Amino acid sequence: MARINVILLVLAVACALATVAANHTARKLFAELEREQGRMRSFEVEWGQLQLEQSTWAGPARIEKIAREKLHMRPPGPAQIISIETTR
Amino acid sequence: MKFSQSPLLSQRLPVWRARLLLLGLLGGFALLAAWSVYLQGFNSVFLQEKGASRYSRVIELSATRGRIMDRHGDVLAVSTPVKSVWAIPEDAKLSPAQARALASLLEMDVRELNRKLGSSSDFVFVKRQIPPDVADKVAALNLPGIHDQREYRRYYPSAEVTAHMLGFTGAEDVGQEGVELALEATLAGKPGSRRVIKDRRGQVVEDVESIRAPQDGRDVLLALDAKIQYLAYANLRQAISEYHAKAGGIVVLDAKTGEVLALVNAPTYNPNNRVKLAGAQLRNRALTDTFEPGSTLKPFTAALALETGKFRFDTPIQTAPGYLTIGRSTIHDAHMHGMLTVAQVIQKSSNIGMAKIALTLPPAEMWNTFDSLGFGAPLKLGFPGEVGGRLRPFKKWQPIEQATMAYGHGISVTLMQLAHAYMVFAREGDLLPLSLTRIDAPPAAGKSVFTAQTAHEVRTMLEMAVLPGGTAPKAQIPGYRVAGKTGTAYKIESGIYVNKYVASFVGFAPASDPRLIVAVMIDEPMGAHYGGDVAGPIFANVMSASLRSLGVAPDAPTSALQASVSTPVVRESM
Repeated sequence: MARINVILLVLAVACALATVAANHTARKLFAELEREQGRMRSFEVEWGQLQLEQSTWAGPARIEKIAREKLHMRPPGPAQIISIETTR
Repeated sequence: MKFSQSPLLSQRLPVWRARLLLLGLLGGFALLAAWSVYLQGFNSVFLQEKGASRYSRVIELSATRGRIMDRHGDVLAVSTPVKSVWAIPEDAKLSPAQARALASLLEMDVRELNRKLGSSSDFVFVKRQIPPDVADKVAALNLPGIHDQREYRRYYPSAEVTAHMLGFTGAEDVGQEGVELALEATLAGKPGSRRVIKDRRGQVVEDVESIRAPQDGRDVLLALDAKIQYLAYANLRQAISEYHAKAGGIVVLDAKTGEVLALVNAPTYNPNNRVKLAGAQLRNRALTDTFEPGSTLKPFTAALALETGKFRFDTPIQTAPGYLTIGRSTIHDAHMHGMLTVAQVIQKSSNIGMAKIALTLPPAEMWNTFDSLGFGAPLKLGFPGEVGGRLRPFKKWQPIEQATMAYGHGISVTLMQLAHAYMVFAREGDLLPLSLTRIDAPPAAGKSVFTAQTAHEVRTMLEMAVLPGGTAPKAQIPGYRVAGKTGTAYKIESGIYVNKYVASFVGFAPASDPRLIVAVMIDEPMGAHYGGDVAGPIFANVMSASLRSLGVAPDAPTSALQASVSTPVVRESM
């Protein structure tokens, strides 16, 4: 009888310690999840800013200016356009 | 002496003392019981809240507003977090050195800063919407009474080019104009909140419950083509400065789908910097301002005439001697043309020919045609201030009114309505509803207004108007067949026609299988004022560059280029 009681007591203590450990791990993992989610949000913000930057650099006005002034390009005249018919 | 033998024990105490003590103890127990009932029963909710507030926190979860993108996915508007610095003036007791440091970080005047901090209110924004890294430096100064908060700011990379199309948002990131307002329900995010448990160091250790999940606004893919929009913007800006015009607008529609590919107005503004914003800049003229369209309305009357069967493509109409008296009014043509066919009436833009045709048509049918073309009723795109223009009930029409309405006077439309109505000729006589957002599946046939045959015949007339002998040879494009109509109308100021003009051109190309509809309107051009001279070349520039950018195959041999500046241009009648 006494032996069973001792075994049960040890079991109970072990379970209690396991609960504490599990809870601690859960909190650690949760904190990590929070951090990663925060990182995700900041990446989303950065993505938006990069898109903004790309749109600014790739704006037609800027491209036209560079094409005309730096690369000395101009729109082709009608005689320079050859259209290719698709034959089916 | 033993205690048990003490003589004191044999003394009897008065019985009331024991009773008093008992009563006191019972009273004490009753008090405790009552107190615990009070705490547990009546005050428990409050106390539990107090307890929870020691460890659990409700965190606000912000939601971002959706992005606006053009049809190819290029970003046109995006919200990005910024910080606003605010202060409690009572707590913000800064030393002169601290104030100088803060002012220089925020790039503001020290006196301005001191004035704000000296105000008597409880809360004052020191500076709104600054970049987060600047806000971090401000926080690092660790000044008393100075705080910051996170906000969102909307950026428009294409600035002036898309200003009227997109509109803008207010300080709280809520749409106020344009697409931002029209599609507010889709774009707006719903902030959420959740309850968490925080530890002593303020770190979240457990997620208790999600009170409301945040919903980010959805991204919007517009029908707009950023490249065509820019082409329209650049050409309009150049024309406005060339003709010193008061205002102008260009609308580009896709004839196959009803999508709005471009919408520009002048004067415009920069939505990223709205400090000096005047009402004139803000006006989305293509949708909110009506004008008397003039001759651009003639093709619709001609189409109705063909529909009734009373006229054919080549029915002759006498336009001599160049004026026509109806009732007490007389209308004129710019030139005397003599005998013209219906097609030539459109080509030469003869008012008299058009008036004669109109007077044979029943007013009710004319009204019905205009109505089913969408005149007189707002387009309901969701833009603020959209108007429908003026289309008076036909029962009140006098013959002279019916005649002038046939050539676009006594009726007013917006540029968008006009471009939309031309879709009947660019298609098989049917009208698709306009769409601001991208349409992936081409829609089926729209609402039929004219028969396909009528549409084809009018399309041929409109092609003639652009060829030599028409009113707008300058609207020709090498390589493509173009169909279109000029409009030159006097403006009305306080009910009287004045010597100011609105020059317009509406057309579509390639005429063999129309893809794009372009409508151009220039308000009060100086120097030249005929639609063919002012709006025609703008149309040609925008149309040719747009067709090229879309890769539309040319439908005319380049040798057939008939545009030559020396060709005598037929002056249209006003």
